[in-house]
Amino acid sequence: MPILLTLWVSFRDWTGIGSPFDSEFTGIDNYRELLVDPGIRRKDFAISIRNTFYYVIIVVPAQTVLAMFLAFLVNQRFLRGRGAFRTLLYFPSVTSSIAITLIWLVLFFPSGIVNRVLPIDTINWFDEPNGVIHNVAGVFGVDSAPSWARQEVFELSMWEWLSGPSVAMFAIMLLAIWTTSGTMMLIFLGGLQNINPEIEEAAAVDGASWWKRFRYVVVPLLRPQVYLTVTLGVIGTWQVFDQVYAANQGGPQKTTLTPAFLVYSQAFKNSKAGLAAATATILFVIILTFTWIQRRVTGRSDEAA
Amino acid sequence: MIGRTGGDRSAKRSDPLAPSKAMRRFIYIALIVVGSFYVLPFVLAVVTSFKSLPDFAAHASSLGFDRSQGSPTLDGLRGLDSDRILFARWTFNSVVVTVCVVGGRVMLSALAGYSLARIKFPGYRLVFGVILAVMMVPAIVLAIPRFILLKELGLINTYAGLILPLMFDAFGIFLMKQFMEQIPIELEEAAAIDGASRFRTFTKVILPVARPAVITLAILSTVGAWNEFLHPLIAVNRNELRTLPVGLAQLRGQFGSSTPWHTIMMASVLMTIPMAIIYFVFQRHFKEGMAGAVKG
Repeated sequence: MPILLTLWVSFRDWTGIGSPFDSEFTGIDNYRELLVDPGIRRKDFAISIRNTFYYVIIVVPAQTVLAMFLAFLVNQRFLRGRGAFRTLLYFPSVTSSIAITLIWLVLFFPSGIVNRVLPIDTINWFDEPNGVIHNVAGVFGVDSAPSWARQEVFELSMWEWLSGPSVAMFAIMLLAIWTTSGTMMLIFLGGLQNINPEIEEAAAVDGASWWKRFRYVVVPLLRPQVYLTVTLGVIGTWQVFDQVYAANQGGPQKTTLTPAFLVYSQAFKNSKAGLAAATATILFVIILTFTWIQRRVTGRSDEAA
Repeated sequence: MIGRTGGDRSAKRSDPLAPSKAMRRFIYIALIVVGSFYVLPFVLAVVTSFKSLPDFAAHASSLGFDRSQGSPTLDGLRGLDSDRILFARWTFNSVVVTVCVVGGRVMLSALAGYSLARIKFPGYRLVFGVILAVMMVPAIVLAIPRFILLKELGLINTYAGLILPLMFDAFGIFLMKQFMEQIPIELEEAAAIDGASRFRTFTKVILPVARPAVITLAILSTVGAWNEFLHPLIAVNRNELRTLPVGLAQLRGQFGSSTPWHTIMMASVLMTIPMAIIYFVFQRHFKEGMAGAVKG
């Protein structure tokens, strides 16, 4: 029902101010503005997709691997104070996303602790629009777009598509990885505790090192948990909103703009609620597609194992 | 298994899974390093909230106070009551919203979960399918129809508008249904034989048995409602009706270069404390909630 309402609004030119029932039916105009007609709306949409795509493909694997590693550490039988460590690692998950983001801003201040600890020049993290991949390319002397990358595809040049996440977005990614890995660690802990120790003992008696046991015995048995965390991760990361709002509202230079934030600003700042509904619908389709692809991929490796 | 037959001591010595000494050392060091990554941001936030602004400007990264700059000080705390920062009012709003949302959510989820678990009414599958589907819909997609409904009902800038839409919670219904399906049906049959009505059975038999699930749901909902950001952001736009997360988030950019970071950190720390207490007291339930999610 709410989805149908969103769909209905996405075919109208509702501004969000009057009643949507007085607005005019405009067919697929909103979708055309986002996907077909060249211009600022399509460009904003393209930028938000690029930013969030990098966000998803980096944050999801990183938080899953980190969560698995943390669960492995905390699950050791010899460890004293296991409970305390678990409590500690999960704690960011019960903290407000806004409070955490504000704390993060202080950590990443130009004179903040991150800059002090890292052995590099001071970076104004949250004001730095340069792409991370561009920065790395710059180290190798590639400062501007090579000729093959100047071609424009869907509002952005190849060079802009390949920028990687901006430094500002990268700081938000670190935040996301840091907060969610604790939650996902709990999921993995549940999985680890369900594994019958005799299976691992048998492998140990056969002479398998701990790494081999971990890689060939434990990890395959954790497949259901991997599936769950990756699914939750994909769904969650595509919607990233709170952190973007509290940190930079899409800036600097739109490099932390995400589809969810774009929907919000179209609907509630720019009086383009119809357009926002269309953007939200496309975002939903993207999430469904990604979940479906991920399901196929995980399913395949399941058969291989 | 092998080697476990020869008494306790030899069993210990030949436990094939016991990590080597080097490995143990590595694990302890790794945990301390990782652990400090998780503690340090909170420690720095607490310290910053007691710094003076000049001290913060000069040493944003320092975990100590610079007395020559007037730190430590309660300036951050005093800043919580100003014309832009209505900390007490926001806290009051957050408490009202959280209490009402949690009460409503638990009641609605228990009732809906029970009917889905026990009463196979026509269209049962369809309703359950819709609830599962709603769990998958991004919050931002729901934001627009919610806004339309609030607007049409005249609930923008009201407590009802802040509370009512958050009461319906697909995850809560799902959790309650899963739990109630495991309650033996004989309990209800016994109550029915004693002449109890369906509703009486629900309140006197089912709810007490389902207490662990109810508590888990109540605690997870408390954290969720307290930290909820998107809904209160769109449901109200008057400063005195904002909840803590929204009030805090929109402060940024209002002060230009004179942002009172000590006050912002103080507010962030203070709004975290109630959730920290709940978390430390009810830790077990967070794990159970997670386990419920995995089984589903």
